[in-house]
Amino acid sequence: MTRPNSIVIGGGAFVGLTLALALRQGLGDAVDVVVADPALAQRPSRDPRASAIVAACRRLFEAVGVWDEVAPTAQPILDMVITDSRVEDATRPVFLTFAGEVEPGEPFAHMVENRYLIDALQTHALAAGVDLRPCAVTGFTSRSDGVTVDLGDGTVVEASLLVAADGARSALRERAGIATNGWDYDQAGIVVTVEHERDHKGCAEEHFLPAGPFAILPLKGRRSSLVWTERRAEAERIVAMPADEFHRELEQRFGLHLGEVRAVGAPKSFPLGYFVARSFVGERLALVGDAAHLIHPIAGQGLNLGLKDIAALAEVIVDAARLGIDPGQADVLERYQRWRRFDTMAMGVATNSLNLLFSNHSLVLRAVRDIGLGVVDRIAPLKSVFIRQAAGLSGEVPRLLRGEGL
Amino acid sequence: MTDVHSDTPSGSTVDPAEVARFSRLSEQWWDPKGKMAPLHKINPVRLAYIRDAACRKFERSAKSLNCLAGLRLIDIGCGAGLLCEPMARLGAGVVGIDPSDSNIAAARLHADKSHVLVDYRCTTVEQIDSRERFDIVLAMEVVEHVADLGLFLDRCAGLIKPDGLMVVATLNRTWKSFALAIVGAEYILRWLPRGTHQWDKFVTPQELDVHLTRNGLTVTEQAGVFYNPLADRWNLSSDMDVNYMVVAERAP
Repeated sequence: MTRPNSIVIGGGAFVGLTLALALRQGLGDAVDVVVADPALAQRPSRDPRASAIVAACRRLFEAVGVWDEVAPTAQPILDMVITDSRVEDATRPVFLTFAGEVEPGEPFAHMVENRYLIDALQTHALAAGVDLRPCAVTGFTSRSDGVTVDLGDGTVVEASLLVAADGARSALRERAGIATNGWDYDQAGIVVTVEHERDHKGCAEEHFLPAGPFAILPLKGRRSSLVWTERRAEAERIVAMPADEFHRELEQRFGLHLGEVRAVGAPKSFPLGYFVARSFVGERLALVGDAAHLIHPIAGQGLNLGLKDIAALAEVIVDAARLGIDPGQADVLERYQRWRRFDTMAMGVATNSLNLLFSNHSLVLRAVRDIGLGVVDRIAPLKSVFIRQAAGLSGEVPRLLRGEGL
Repeated sequence: MTDVHSDTPSGSTVDPAEVARFSRLSEQWWDPKGKMAPLHKINPVRLAYIRDAACRKFERSAKSLNCLAGLRLIDIGCGAGLLCEPMARLGAGVVGIDPSDSNIAAARLHADKSHVLVDYRCTTVEQIDSRERFDIVLAMEVVEHVADLGLFLDRCAGLIKPDGLMVVATLNRTWKSFALAIVGAEYILRWLPRGTHQWDKFVTPQELDVHLTRNGLTVTEQAGVFYNPLADRWNLSSDMDVNYMVVAERAP
């Protein structure tokens, strides 16, 4: 039996489970935290994908206590190389490199295999007393004083807040009638893990090929995770190819610098789109992660945006609860929205512009961007100053992203 | 709005129209975007100030959701319970008093809906049983409305247990408070209805100090409360020229 001040999270992937852990940590036993997701029944996870976790988000995982468990399987990104070229170019001139550390000894990002992270999050959530339900949220009714949540296992939870962490096609967002602004790109991302002969030495590569970015992201061992962008039809054609033909396409793009390369498992293609929800909050409802926004993977920021959402939401909720304020109250949710929505829009604009600039055959644009690549570096800090100024609250980094507990 | 009529037992003397009116009033008080928006905006900074003062005094952790457990608190001029409910959620045993019976009815309705236990009474500080004592006495944004400040504070101070504390929030009587609280808040921004405040009834920290000291209390903390228009948030500040808060303690 849950108490009426409970918080229900619909969706038990990274953002949902991490939020649940952060809330348990900040609120203690006084508040019940329920996570509902049919996928919770499928453990250990068989998700073959990998994710880039930037330093701020790694600090979040440290703060909620799961990083130690994931760290041995995580590959630090020690270097980044960016090139701008055509598929058939024999050599790809390097335009931009980043040293990979934000602080001495602190890599700016890690590649983490999804299955390790999701299993660790679930184990920790269970140990922390999160009420895990392997079923969906089937409906909810919100009022000014609370929300009644129906779960697929037939139970009804009276809660103070419902959090939609149920992904880009969020059923909870739909049910709340919150529209999105956005579009589909005529691009799909092919995701596949490869093994290669030589060590990648922790170097990530992003080749801006005319169809879109082709990213090689280092995993533990002599393996890398690829995010390979193509026109939608072409992506469908490529993933359907027989293995030897696929191998030729792969080799042509991957190059030979790491020796022989071989795909592990079947490649999968995901259509790419962009949207931002018109509101991140509703009555007794908060949207987080892909339920609130979806961006182009060109900068590898999608998951990180979602983790920033939950760091901000957890802080807003915990601060309110510690003042005795009902955390599902409209003004508390509004603070979350103010904090996150502007940052998300800015990231959306940035990734759209990058994609427009890079994913084409135009020689003029190529000249422009080759000059511009160097400038991007100098614009980034400038852009962040504008964002902080305009958003007011955006200048405040959530405590969890600074690696502090709540 | 909820259907209040069905809550009314048949044959009772409760007038359904009255209940509906209180219910509307309660919703107005508790709507963070409604008429009481300014009070909701300033509420977190007030709550944090009270909580932190109490946690220091009674050696509690402000991170605990139960940090006021076992403490008795009275909120004088409680309105519809914007301070009472949070304090009760943090574990305090709360008495809320207000001379307006419609405020008290609205407060009771909301506390029921929120599953929070508060002892609301339609009364004044003069009428409280003189034997009742509290660990924490709150007089937040009321002293600038009372007819006799000295008498009011004498009565409030009389309610404080030995080793207890009182928190007072009010408006200072300065040219700045005239410009901001009267001209700004009532005439330009229209945050408050015109005539909400009379500037000549505002109280300076010195006047407050005189009355509190006379009652055997020691002012241990004071802070200004200032509105940051960029963040749309109230913050503590050292500037006590307009809104300010004071903590006064009684010796053990």
